[in-house]
Order: sequence, then C-alpha cells, then structure tokens
Amino acid sequence: MNITTIIINVIAIIGLSASLIKNKEKTKKSLKVAGKMFIEMLPTVLIIIVIIGLINGFVSPDKISAFIGNRSGIIGVIIIGLVGTVMYIPSIISFPLAASLLEKGASISAVAAFITTLTMIGTITLPLEIKILGKKIALLRNGISFVIAIIIALIMGAIL
Amino acid sequence: MRSDLKFRKGSEKSKIRIWALLGVTLAITALLLSSFPKERGVVINTIWNYFTEMILILPAVMILLGLLEVWVPRDIIVKYLGESSGVKGVFLAIVLGALPSGPLYIAFPIAASLLKKGARVSNIIVLLSAWACIKIPQEMVELQFLGLHFMVARLLLTIVFVIIMGLLIEQIIKWSNNKGGVGNAVY
Repeated sequence: MNITTIIINVIAIIGLSASLIKNKEKTKKSLKVAGKMFIEMLPTVLIIIVIIGLINGFVSPDKISAFIGNRSGIIGVIIIGLVGTVMYIPSIISFPLAASLLEKGASISAVAAFITTLTMIGTITLPLEIKILGKKIALLRNGISFVIAIIIALIMGAIL
Repeated sequence: MRSDLKFRKGSEKSKIRIWALLGVTLAITALLLSSFPKERGVVINTIWNYFTEMILILPAVMILLGLLEVWVPRDIIVKYLGESSGVKGVFLAIVLGALPSGPLYIAFPIAASLLKKGARVSNIIVLLSAWACIKIPQEMVELQFLGLHFMVARLLLTIVFVIIMGLLIEQIIKWSNNKGGVGNAVY
C-alpha cells in the first residue's frame, strides 16, 4: 500500500466521521450514492483492468511505442486524442490504463492527450449538450477542447 | 428537465450492456489464455496487481464523491456564479466545477439557467470544463497512478487553457451575434 492510497482512505474516513456526527440521514444518503456509483462503475473497471492485463501479455512494448511512443510524434498524439474523444469511460479508470501504457513505452504527450480528451469532450453527451446549451456553445466547447488538449499534451511532453 | 430524464433512461439500457460486455471480455480472455499458456502468468499477474490497487482506493473515492454530492447543494453554484464576474468569477467557476457533483450532463441545465440569468459565457465554459476534468477525488487517483509531476503539470495547464478557451468562445459568440444582428443568439 502506498502513501496516496493511505491518504485517500484517511480523508474518506475523516469525511465520513464528520458527516456522521453532523447528520446521520445525510450520511446514509451519501453512502447510498457511493454504493450506487461503485456498482455502476464496477463492470467498466473490471473490463479495463482485464484489457490492461491482455495488453501487457500480448502487445509488445515495441508496437505501443511505435504507435503512440516518442517516435510517432504529433500524429500519434492526435490519434490517441481522437480515441479519448469517442471513448466513454469514467476518468478514474483512465488513470491506471494510462499508467500501463506509459510503462509499455507510450509517450507522456500521448497519455496526457488521451486523459484530457477523454474527460473534457463528451461525444455521447454532445446531443444533450447541444439541446440544452445550443449548437454554438456545445460545438465550440468540444471542438476547442480537442485543440487545447493536444496543446496541453505537447507542452507536457516537452516539460516532463 | 425532460431531456435529462430521457438520458438517464437510456443509461439503464447501457448498464445491462456494460455487464454483457464484461462477460464477453472475460470469455475472450479465458479463450486467449487457454490457447496461449506462455502469456498466462504475465496477464493474470498484471490483472491482479491493478485489481488490488484499484480496490484499495475505489471505495474511498466513491465515499468522497457521495459525501460531496449530498453535502454540497447545487444551488450554491447558481447562487455564487450568477452574481460574480471578473477574476473572482473565473476562480469560483473552477472551484465550484471541481466540487464533485455528478456527471457532466447534470451541469448542462445548471449552465443553461446561469446563462439565462446573465452569467458570462466565459465563466460558464470554465465551469463546464472544470466540472468535466478537474475533480478533486479524480486528481487523487491521477496522483496515485501517474505521479505528482504529471498530475500537477496537467492540472495547471488545464486551468490556464480552459480560461483561455472560455474567453475565446465568449469573443466568438459576441462577434457572431453582432454580425448576425441577433440579440441573444446563444440559443
């Protein structure tokens, strides 16, 4: 168990205790919300973990680094950014996936582009966003988000 | 919000689909591992390592998300963001967006009502973007798997560029409204 794991759990326990002292009903409700989210997220978490395992066993680091490594340049970053754009998985699960890709030779830029487009851009929620906020705002926000995700990724590759 | 309700109903179906997808993934994995015994060790080891790491943090993250969703009322977002502008408005948009309060599609109606109340477009864009990608529990998971440097660098860059994007979109909308001569063409 590493330090971050311990810190997250300690914060959760402190928060839960504080909530319990202040209001029992609200604490119950938040635990219900937490349980529901956990169940909802569980299958996706398991799928991603199994995929990480398969990538580790069957895809050679050479292939990953050729596709999204330092040699692949900006094209690789844009491709993985597009993958993040169309994927619809909770960002919490994208971090272990990103870590495993990094370990296998993906570049910092590629991994940063993937996480950033994944979280900022919602292709699946786009129709709803257009309906509620209008075409102009929705399309501008998602389109420019893609561009800034690529810029953020390239800067990260340069400084880390 | 009727469209919000419709979206949730749609996600009921996708819940069943995702469990089915897990079944298919496990079946394919079992097939692969039985036909390639050499890779079996690496695959199972990796799955086990990531599984234990995830299972040690996921419940805590979920509890934090649940607590914040229940204790942070959505009204405060509307209340504070509706009336503040300038640097204070941008700062508030980031902080309020970063408080975990459900998936992004919940933020759309909030953003729409804020726009109707006359909040600045730039602040709304910052709110939506912060809501989408700067969540406190998520940052902790990023710290866990990708390290301090990666997490901090991405966080700071995201904040800077999200603000730039907000101002840019505000300008574009102002410019296109003036050009079209329509009063409130955001919708």
